[in-house]
Amino acid sequence: MIPAAFEYHRPQDMAEVLAVLEEHGDEARVMAGGHSLIPMMKLRMADVPHLIDLQDVGGLSNIDIGDDSIRIGAMVTQAAIIDHEGLGAVAPILREAALQIADPQVRYMGTVGGNVANGDPGNDMPGLMQCLDATFTVVGPEGERDIPAREFYEAAYMTAREDDEVLTSVTIPLPRGGYAYEKQKRKIGDYATAAAAVQIENDGGTCASVAIAMTNLSDTPVYSEAAGAALVGTSVDDVAIKAAVAAMLGDIDPTEDNRGPVAFKKHVAGVILRRAIERAWSRA
Amino acid sequence: MKDEVTREDRVANLKGLGCSRKRVEDARFTQGKGNYVDDIKLDGMLFGDFVRSPYAHARIKSIDTAAALEVPGVLAVLTAADLEPLGLHWMPTLAGDKQMVLADGKVLFQGQEVAFVVAEDRYAAADGIEAVEVDYEELPVIVNPFEALKSDVVLREDLVAEDGSIPPGAHGPRKHHNHIFTWEAGDKGPTDEVIANAEVVAEESMYYHRTHPCPLETCGCVASMDKVNGKLTLWGTFQAPHAIRTIVSLISGIEEHNIRVISPDIGGGFGNKVGAYPGYVCSVVASIVTGKPVKWIEDRMDNLMTTAFARDYHMTGQISATKEGKITGLKCHVTADHGGFDACADPTKFPAGFMNICTGSYDIPTAYLEVDGVYTNKAPGGVSYRCSFRVTEAVYFIERMIEVLAIKLNMDAAELRRINFIRKEQFPYTAALGWEYDSGDYHTAWDKALKAVDYDGLRAEQAQRVEDFKAGKTRKLMGIGLSFFTEIVGAGPVKNCDILGLGMFDSCEIRIHPTGSAIARLGTISQGQGHATTFAQILASEIGLPADSITIEEGDTDTAPYGLGTYGSRSTPVAGAATAMAGRKIRAKAQMIAAYLLEVHDNDVEFDVDRFVVKGAPEKFKTMKEIAFAAYNQAIPGIEPGLEAVSYYDPPNMTYPFGAYICVMDIDVDTGVPEIRRFYALDDCGTRINPMIIEGQVHGGLTEALAVALGQEIAYDDMGNVKTGTLMDFFLPTAWEVPNYETDFTVTPSPHHPIGAKGVGESPHVGGVPCFSNAVQDAFRPFGNTHTNMPHDHWRIWRTANELGLHD
Ligand SMILES: Cc1cc2nc3c(=O)[nH]c(=O)nc-3n(C[C@H](O)[C@H](O)[C@H](O)COP(=O)(O)OP(=O)(O)OC[C@H]3O[C@@H](n4cnc5c(N)ncnc54)[C@H](O)[C@@H]3O)c2cc1C
Repeated sequence: MIPAAFEYHRPQDMAEVLAVLEEHGDEARVMAGGHSLIPMMKLRMADVPHLIDLQDVGGLSNIDIGDDSIRIGAMVTQAAIIDHEGLGAVAPILREAALQIADPQVRYMGTVGGNVANGDPGNDMPGLMQCLDATFTVVGPEGERDIPAREFYEAAYMTAREDDEVLTSVTIPLPRGGYAYEKQKRKIGDYATAAAAVQIENDGGTCASVAIAMTNLSDTPVYSEAAGAALVGTSVDDVAIKAAVAAMLGDIDPTEDNRGPVAFKKHVAGVILRRAIERAWSRA
Repeated sequence: MKDEVTREDRVANLKGLGCSRKRVEDARFTQGKGNYVDDIKLDGMLFGDFVRSPYAHARIKSIDTAAALEVPGVLAVLTAADLEPLGLHWMPTLAGDKQMVLADGKVLFQGQEVAFVVAEDRYAAADGIEAVEVDYEELPVIVNPFEALKSDVVLREDLVAEDGSIPPGAHGPRKHHNHIFTWEAGDKGPTDEVIANAEVVAEESMYYHRTHPCPLETCGCVASMDKVNGKLTLWGTFQAPHAIRTIVSLISGIEEHNIRVISPDIGGGFGNKVGAYPGYVCSVVASIVTGKPVKWIEDRMDNLMTTAFARDYHMTGQISATKEGKITGLKCHVTADHGGFDACADPTKFPAGFMNICTGSYDIPTAYLEVDGVYTNKAPGGVSYRCSFRVTEAVYFIERMIEVLAIKLNMDAAELRRINFIRKEQFPYTAALGWEYDSGDYHTAWDKALKAVDYDGLRAEQAQRVEDFKAGKTRKLMGIGLSFFTEIVGAGPVKNCDILGLGMFDSCEIRIHPTGSAIARLGTISQGQGHATTFAQILASEIGLPADSITIEEGDTDTAPYGLGTYGSRSTPVAGAATAMAGRKIRAKAQMIAAYLLEVHDNDVEFDVDRFVVKGAPEKFKTMKEIAFAAYNQAIPGIEPGLEAVSYYDPPNMTYPFGAYICVMDIDVDTGVPEIRRFYALDDCGTRINPMIIEGQVHGGLTEALAVALGQEIAYDDMGNVKTGTLMDFFLPTAWEVPNYETDFTVTPSPHHPIGAKGVGESPHVGGVPCFSNAVQDAFRPFGNTHTNMPHDHWRIWRTANELGLHD
């Protein structure tokens, strides 16, 4: 478990990062916390002749809470999400989800930017960000552009970000209503067997709006518009939840692995979503 | 005047038997000051690592090392062709098979060692490995032992004669080219007859899946050949350093006095570090060839995929009883998957270990066991993962069969156990499959356990839960796991037990220093068990010097007396006995010295805690400290100076620790997630040397039991690829997954052990696995479940619920 030799770059600002990326093309890759990238390099599944460490690049570690949105810098760690008090008050789902990622050691290193840019269907934050309708800001040789989280993921490890672009921040509209991040895993430090992110609004006993996204049940996160549609306008009773689960099952496409066969994963996805909806609704 | 020192104070000062003395090892471990193999760094040390086969079964057409030799820092690449002239391309396994050190023309399992790259550091070695080009021709893969016994594919051409006949193996005749041995115990005819005529017979087939001991520290070594004095020093993760020295001498031809084997601190073994591995041989050869020290350390994937798996037993059982539940007979057949080489770590006469302890804690008059060993395209091994030889398999088998019989009889499984236990007055008890159980008091332990958990209350709660479940009020079922186990530990007796011809005695050598402190060296080696703490306690009570004044040393073959090492819970039963016996020799000499100093006859003094006193005149005494000084510095007529002793102990029998475990579990039927609400563990390991260490051992063993029962496995796909090669998929529980354990005990001393101790480190694993498994199975019993195979991970539990129609 030793990576192939690589050149280590430690630029001091974004311009320098982009210059190294431009110079080495797809031979170069940025590293944030390194807790997805380094294991892949050690297994020699990722070949990165030029590794660009982002940790000295300023301005990527802020959490700004505005009147109607939250901006999280790409290098904010999962631990920082958990510890940030203001964030816990305005967007508690972030904390609930982050606490279910990996273990404390990994969370001290792993970043929001790395987690969403990685493109691994097992990562929890992509689904979470789709649920929250986040926007990812990337910067490249052509300047800055925004990509909605719901349009970012194309296939496993394939995203709308170009190789020469760097993700700088994630912007989330202030979430409203009840929330839940529900995840089943085999043990601490494991990726999800199935996970569901739900943010739901209650208007006098009727569901006014809801967003639902699922994790590790397809080669990308699954934002299930249909599942949400099944709940809006209902009292979120058993019939409505059943319809939402059925709609979600139409959107996911899990594969068999050591966590279990497809039938099991679909069943658990349904159970997890039901629990997430019920918990979120109870908080709405 | 000082306050008067009472006898109690003097006993406490010794920190001897029964004292929860803090572990003396922990100061260095908790400060990161341990000295493990990978901490050893020598001048000019090189690093070796393996090119491993990506295929489970393939012919090697060619190996091209040219590009690897061009990699900066790479000095040499060894292949079978280089080792063959030295006769070192293969090595004998502990089971008497031939294991290739480097693959010679063919690979038999994924991860098999193909070439050894020697480089200036481990980074260059890794690059060199990438550059070695091996041309393979894939062959049909067999990962199922039942298929192997039917297949035309010959896995081991080297074990088939030229005329196509199949010569016998190390354990007798072989039935098929992929068959290794058949081993029997008990009487087949009478057992068949009892079962045929029985009032009730229960049958079950079960698969005890393949898993792996997975110590935190992987295997490794540093070999250093000093060409000037001809001496080879080998540091390594060896659970049996002396045996390794002898084996290295036998296979390398280096005289044994020129080999020094050192086991430094070891980060867990659990059986994984008993055997000899190609890495050791290659490091030695590489050091001889280069004249420099060579280090080899496995990474985690190497460890999980290649060195010493455990279990992989397909077991079929029949158990017969009267209508009242009195067991009359037991039959067991095992198809044992040994992988590509038979590298089981068992005493020579026991190719299936002590599987014949499978009558368990029960008075079963007639029994028969048959085990067939089979080759497949999986890694070799078959070690005793935190148990005495195959005892985990045996106990799992009988504790499942008891449950299956209880279902058949529609009887409470606790009661079924109670009416079949061997009774206290039957000990020493000779079981139908041959073992003589030294001691036991099962009924007392069982009753204490059932009472502690309010067993009847639990059953009532469970019945209510089933009602609630059926009424749609809950989706959680409740399981009560029962297990009563008897271990067989402490191999020895040399007349029964040897490994590769090496008798399984053990040893202790004691030197008392003039000022009344001491050093004792043993033939065993701690891997975390706390020997330096507990053996000093045994000695403290025997010789009356404080444990804090006694250093315990193990693991250096140049200084320690010969012994067979630490595994199978043999250290306390065998080396612990040697320690007590050597201590008694010290005491005998001390008695003569004391008598001389007190000017009385030898028989007129008696030992009292830390001194010899004149009988009837306790104010006349000599402390052991005074005696030690006199032993060296006073001319005593007829007595040699000095105070030393050595004992080589060949135990008359094994010891038979036992225990009663109960687990209460809640199972989410919809997700398959089990939650352990309660775990009660009563252990009887005879005399308790250090209760705190016992508790620690029980916690550790139970945690490894939980792992195995609930998810830990080495799984292969049909192509022989290991599917669980990292800790992402190989389940190693953390503090998060582990429940609170309630520990308890009874004390039934071993009648033949000098201090009555029995060994405890493995009991919790042996008893724990069936207890966790039985809890899962019991939760589904009301819905018609009789047996499901481990590991009970989420999806398999879910599958059970699904197959029983519990999902709509
Ligand atoms: C034992 C273990 C358990 C884990 N369990 C979970 C889990 O349960 N759930 C979960 O979600 N994750 C889990 N992870 C992954 C962890 O959260 C990672 O830290 C995270 O996936 C990536 O974040 P990082 O900062 O470490 O990124 P890195 O590993 O540094 O990078 C990951 C990828 O993203 C790219 N990248 C990083 N930053 C940027 C950027 N700013 N712009 C463009 N590209 C970028 C890198 O080039 C790389 O391809 C686990 C990891 C480990 C080691």
